[in-house]
Order: sequence, then C-alpha cells, then structure tokens
Amino acid sequence: MAGGRAPLPEHGYLTIAIELADVEKTFVVWRKRGRVRREREVVRAVDGVSFSIERGAMVGYVGPNGAGKSTTVKMLTGILVPSGGRVRVAGVEPARHRIDLARRIGVVFGQRVQLWWDLPLQDSFELLRHVYRVPADRHRRNLDAFVERLEMAPFLATPVRQLSLGQRMRGELTAAMLHDPEILFLDEPTIGLDVVAKARVRDFLAEMNRERGVTVLLTTHDLADIERLCERMLIIDHGRVIYDGGIEELVALHGAERTLVVDLAEPAPPLELDGARAERVDGPRQWLRFRREELSAAELIAAVAERAAIVDLAIEEPDIEDVVARIYRGDAAVTQLGSDPGPAH
Amino acid sequence: MRLYWEIARRGYRRFAAYPAATVAGIFTNVVFGFLIAYILLAVFAEQGQIGSYDASDAVTYTWLAQGLLMTVYIWGWYEVALRVQSGDVATDLQRPLDFQLYWLAQDLGRAAYHAAFRGIPPFLIGALAFDVRLPGDPLLWLAFPVSVALAVVVSFAFRFLFNLGAFWLLDYRGVAIIAMVISTFFSGQLIPIALFPDWLMHLAWALPFASMVQAPIEVFLGHARGVELAGLLALQAFWGAVLLLAGRAVFSAGTRKLVVQGG
Amino acid sequence: MADTIALFGVYRRLVGARIRSQLQYRLSFALNTLGTTLISFVDFAAILVIFGRIDALGDWSVGEVAFLYAISSVTFGLADLVIGHLDLLPRMIRQGELDVLLARPLGSLFQVVSSDFALRRLGKVIQGLAVLGYALVTVEIDWTAGRAGMLALMLVTGVVIFCGIWVAFASVAFWVVDSTELANAFTYGGNYMAQYPVNIFGAWLRRFVIFIVPLAFVGYFPALFVLGKEDELGLPEAFQFASPLAAAASVAGGWALWRAAVRRYRSTGT
Repeated sequence: MAGGRAPLPEHGYLTIAIELADVEKTFVVWRKRGRVRREREVVRAVDGVSFSIERGAMVGYVGPNGAGKSTTVKMLTGILVPSGGRVRVAGVEPARHRIDLARRIGVVFGQRVQLWWDLPLQDSFELLRHVYRVPADRHRRNLDAFVERLEMAPFLATPVRQLSLGQRMRGELTAAMLHDPEILFLDEPTIGLDVVAKARVRDFLAEMNRERGVTVLLTTHDLADIERLCERMLIIDHGRVIYDGGIEELVALHGAERTLVVDLAEPAPPLELDGARAERVDGPRQWLRFRREELSAAELIAAVAERAAIVDLAIEEPDIEDVVARIYRGDAAVTQLGSDPGPAH
Repeated sequence: MRLYWEIARRGYRRFAAYPAATVAGIFTNVVFGFLIAYILLAVFAEQGQIGSYDASDAVTYTWLAQGLLMTVYIWGWYEVALRVQSGDVATDLQRPLDFQLYWLAQDLGRAAYHAAFRGIPPFLIGALAFDVRLPGDPLLWLAFPVSVALAVVVSFAFRFLFNLGAFWLLDYRGVAIIAMVISTFFSGQLIPIALFPDWLMHLAWALPFASMVQAPIEVFLGHARGVELAGLLALQAFWGAVLLLAGRAVFSAGTRKLVVQGG
Repeated sequence: MADTIALFGVYRRLVGARIRSQLQYRLSFALNTLGTTLISFVDFAAILVIFGRIDALGDWSVGEVAFLYAISSVTFGLADLVIGHLDLLPRMIRQGELDVLLARPLGSLFQVVSSDFALRRLGKVIQGLAVLGYALVTVEIDWTAGRAGMLALMLVTGVVIFCGIWVAFASVAFWVVDSTELANAFTYGGNYMAQYPVNIFGAWLRRFVIFIVPLAFVGYFPALFVLGKEDELGLPEAFQFASPLAAAASVAGGWALWRAAVRRYRSTGT
C-alpha cells in the first residue's frame, strides 16, 4: 500500500536499527459458542513489548507458537499496524512508510515462498532487480557474489518449484539480500533443512552480518541457530518479552541445574538423595537433577553408588533448549532475569 | 444397503458444512434468475406464445432452472477424474464397495442438500417477485420430485462417464469441458428447449441431456400429462440406466488398463 | 511521472514472465484458447435461438443485440485477462501470500494485478470480435468520425468499468471468507447483463446498473449513439457520452474499496 505522503526523516547514521516502545497488538476474535451465537474475545497477541537493537547486531527472537513472534515481525516490516506503542525501523514508522521501508529491508519467510514459483531461479533474481530498482552493476556484483558463496550455479536455471528446500532457501536468502538491505528479518529460515543446509544458511548470515554490517533479527524455533549466530536473545511468551540478554548469561542464570543420567543394575524406585531429585525414571535408568553449587557430580555419583549398583552413567549439561523450555513452562524464576536494560528510555 | 445410506449422508454433510458458501450461491442464483427472467419476459412480450410456453411458463422455467442448477450439478465435477489421475482409484478398488454406486450414493446425498438449500430458496424468492405457475394437479407434485431424482441420476451417470476419460487422457479437462458445454446447452439449462428451432428441438430430445433439466421442468409446468408424463419419466429412467451401464463398461475397461500397466 | 514509467516497466516484466511461462506449453495454450473461444460461442448461440423466434428484443434487432453482446464480450474478456485472477484473492489471503506482497516496495493491488495474465482468456475476446464483425455487417450504421471514435472509446471504457467492478467486488474478500462466488455474481452477472439492452430489465435493476454499478455504460448508452437509436428510457442524451465518467467512477470506487480493505487487513491481521 502506498504509505503516507509525509516527508521521510533524514536517514543519517542511525545507531538504533530497530526500536519498539510499549508496542501492543490486539485482535478481536469471534469464537463460536454453540450453533449460531458468537462471542467476542480480545486477544492480546503483543502486550507491551519494548526493546531496541543496534545497527549491525544479530539478535535471536524466540518464543513458543502463538507467543507473538510473527506478529511482532509483521509490525516491524509494516505488514501490520500496531494497536499501541511506538515502532521505529531504520528510523521510520513501518506502518506509515511501508513501501519506502521495504526498499531498505530484506525479509525471508521460512514457510512462504517469495520467489516466482514457475520461473527459473535466475528469472526471480532479475525480476527483483526491477522490483527493488537496483542499479544493474550493483545487482550483478551482489548476484555473482551470492551465487558463488552459496554454490547456486548448478540450479540457477531450474524452476523454483523443482528446487529442494535447501536450494530454495539459498535462493530466498539471495533474494532478500540483492538490494543491499540495512536490516534482515528472518522467520524460521532453517526449518526443515538438513544439517549441511543449516550450516550453510548460518554461515551466510554470519558473513552478511560481519562483512556487510547488516542488522539481523532472527526468529526461530531452532535454538542451535541462536547459539551459533547471536550474542543476544529475546524470549517472548504470551505477548511479552520474558528475557532479553546474552545466551551465556541465560544459561548461567537458569542453567545451574545439571542432570546425572544413571543406568542402574536393576530398576529401582526414584532415588532419594540430598541435593538431587529424580526427575524421571525409565526402568533401570534415572535422570537425577542437581545444582552445581550444592553438589558436585562426584559427590552425587558416590551417593548413588551407596544406594544402588551403577552400570553406566552420563552427565548432561543444561543447554539452551532446556533452559528456554523451562522458562516457557514457568519453572525458572522469570522475575530474576537480570541483564540487558532494554530500550533506551 | 445400510452402507450406501451412510455414504449418502456423508455426501449431504460435506456440503452442509459450508453454509456461507450456500448463501453466496443462492445469491448468485437469484441474480441470474432475475436477469434471465427479464430477458425471457422481453421475448414473450414480442410473442405471447412460443410452442407450449407462455410468459408465465418462461418465468417459472427460469426459477426452476436456477434451482436445478446445483441440484443436478452438470458443471464442474471432477472428483472421479482426480482419483483416477492421482492413482487413488487403485485403493478404491480394494474396498468392498461398488465404485460407481459409491459415487452415486454420495451424489444423491449431495443432491438432497442442494435441492433443499440451493433449489428451494431461489425458487421461493423468484416466486415472490414474479408471476410463477405452480402445478394444480397433486399428481404433478409427486411426479416432480421423482423426475428431479431421475434427473440427478442421469446427470451423475454422464459426469461419471466423461470423468473416466482420465484413464486414457493425461489432460482430461479438455474433453470434460466440451462434454459439460454440450450437456449444459442441450439440457435446457440456458434457454428452454421449447425455444429452439424445430430441428434443434428434435435433436435435443433425442439426446440424454434433456432428461437432466428440461424434463423435470416440463413435469412441473404440466406440459406432460397422463401417458406423456409416464413416458417422460420412463425416458429419464431409460437414459439413467443406459448411461450408468455405459459407465460400468467403461470403468471396467479403464481398470483393466490400469492393472495391465501397473497403475 | 518517472515513477509511473518505472512502474509500467515493472508491470511489463512481471507479466512478461507469466506470458513466457504460458507460451512454453504452446500446444496446450493453443488448445485452451480454442476451447475458450468455442465455449463462449454457446452464450451467443442462446441469443441466436431467441432471435429465431422473435424479430426484436425490447426494440433491438438481432444485429443490434449482437453488437451489445460483442462489446460486452470483448471488454469483459480483456478485463478478465488483465485482472481476472483477482478471483484467487481469497486463497492468497488464506495462504498468507499477501504478506509476501506487503513486504515488497510495491503497492498491493499493483502486485496482485501483475501476478498473472492468463492468455487463454483471449478466447472470449476473439469470439467477441467475431460477433462484432457479424453485428457490423448486419446492422446499417450511419458511420461518422464521431461514431467510429465512440466505438473505439467504448471498447476502452468498457474494459476500465469491468476492471473497477472486479477490484471493488474482489475487495470483499478481505471481509468475507471465500467471497469469490459473491464477486462472480457481479462480474460474470455484469457481463451477462451488459449483453442485453438495459430497457428490458425491471426499473430497480435499471437504476442499479446506471447509477450504482455502471454496467449500462459498457454497451447500452454508447451503443445508442453508435447505432443511432432513441433511448427508450428517455434519459438525457448526455448519458451517451458519459462512459469515460462511468469508467473513472468505477475505478475510483474500486480503488477506494481496495484501500479500505487492505487497511483493515493490516489492522486486524485477517
């Protein structure tokens, strides 16, 4: 949609690429109650989200389904109009200046295709040159660089509908970067990809961020993506940001618990030990959780050995999956999140 | 028998699940009903009687044709062709059901829904706005639903038949569209067969398509009485039987081909 | 101005890609178009049958009705070609394809319109031109420069009117789930109606297609001028020259509805 006719602010050198202040998005949903009647329900998909991202940063955005991730990203890209609060992307209000902003950002939707389905991949790139009005030489340079970097030469002439998911994703990444966007929004870019393809995507994103200074907001379910790529991570649940900070901090804060997995000689009732609790029992195998500062692994193993014969054991360190899952479930003390001061205000 | 009743019910429910679509469809029926009614009224303003039709007949015809449009469903049914094309028909053959009767039962269930909700409402609206002619003879009120049911069978049998083209043709849609265009025109769906020039009218009644739409309309309008009425219903039954049998023969040929080629 | 030229360039490229992709299957395309042409003739066959029984419909001879029919077919066919794929809008919305469009630096309607150009719809246009040929041969037209100009003009304004109607009724897709059928009642219904002289329809319907959805300006009014006929409805002669106005109104209305619809989509997310 053509944006407003207000003059755009001077771009200058912005240090803050993305900024949200008390942003809200409410939807009115009509639920069926019985055969005919409908009940009006207000859903607060985004309920007061505030954060800011510096230019050149690469930040992960994580949350369970329905948490408000996609809604936030849609507001950042100008697709949705916020119900409240203030949004600034590349210095402008996305909803009001959708088209102008679109020229300066790149978007990759993991589950939707931006390329032209029936046409050869290279035709999509050529069409996008015209859509984004990229000067021919710049387009050529970028395209050559990306084709080589992502090894796309073998399938440039193949229609998009015949590409594998990994090939298509490489095409989508290229499509999003051809016009030299300042900010890249990615929505589940590695979903469904095999290990090799995922590594390729991650490497590419890291390079774009490092060498071209592209600010990246990566929405994903795959926490390994975040671990590999982002120093900072935002967790959103029920429309609110429940964590905003570094990954190591998160693990340190909430990852103090480790797990000792013991295979006993015989099945036994859950072991009762000081400083450890049996989280799960499956036949002779038990998962014992204990806190680093209360008990060392060696002490726990000794304690178990006193009670039962151990056949085998392993120690599981908390990983980010674990930690995040626990935060979602409300196990972790969410109110104790420290760290990042969030938006400047 | 019980099984086929269940299948028919399923066919009914499939379409009952989308009331919004039905309402939209009724709206379309009403729009076209008005347009066609006005056009035919203008025709009969020039000439008060054409064949066995007068203006009131023509208007009644219009709204009956709109009501029969979805009930008889001449246009746009590819379900069997799709199953053949996708190869799913192979699994269907494993089932302890007669393939043709399965689809016939489903279609009758569907037709029941459409007769009630896409047949009656437009006609009622048309009856309010125009001077339609209702049957005086109670016998016709009985004969009409019978005729409609037979019309559905004839239509189904024909659709089933050309859908089977998918066994031999990769692009069955071309054949399907030609079949649908011809059947629509000669069924009397677009204009009453009574308005056709004589030679075309004779051709139309020699073809099975008239039994799909024009026949029940003639019954309702009371243009076929006594022996003629029986004859008309028998004609519909005849075409229904012939097309169903033809369908079975072609289906056997098709499945044989499938087996030979390995699907 | 430079912007508009650039936009046209983008349109040309997007549509060009679609056309190339269709022409790849040359035989299939040719058969499809032939098929569409033949099917459209069935519509006209109904008119011929009617005129086998009567001499004039609402004081319009067979040639004159054929003229109206032809104009309606050609203009509708061309509009269908350019904008008919708007019928797919409900599906696009459902599958979230609209979001992909909104992420690009182009207007949403522009992108939807330039997403296809189904050549097989030319079948209807070809059939319409054939009937137009028949009409021009059958009817004695007192040709003047003005009348020839009007014929050319009505072909253009007719397309624009249908396009405006198409956009207006497609916009309903943003409010009503699966609204294609509803829109069809007005687009295809409109095409059907414009094939016949407006004076045969009931008074309320006449007023509707003159003042609300300006279908009467596709064929009827300009045709009165070209064919040199009296307006039975007794409306001012100016109406016969008002098709450009009707076209402008149609586009304005359609565009306004589309914008309102997208605004709503961006507010409510559905």
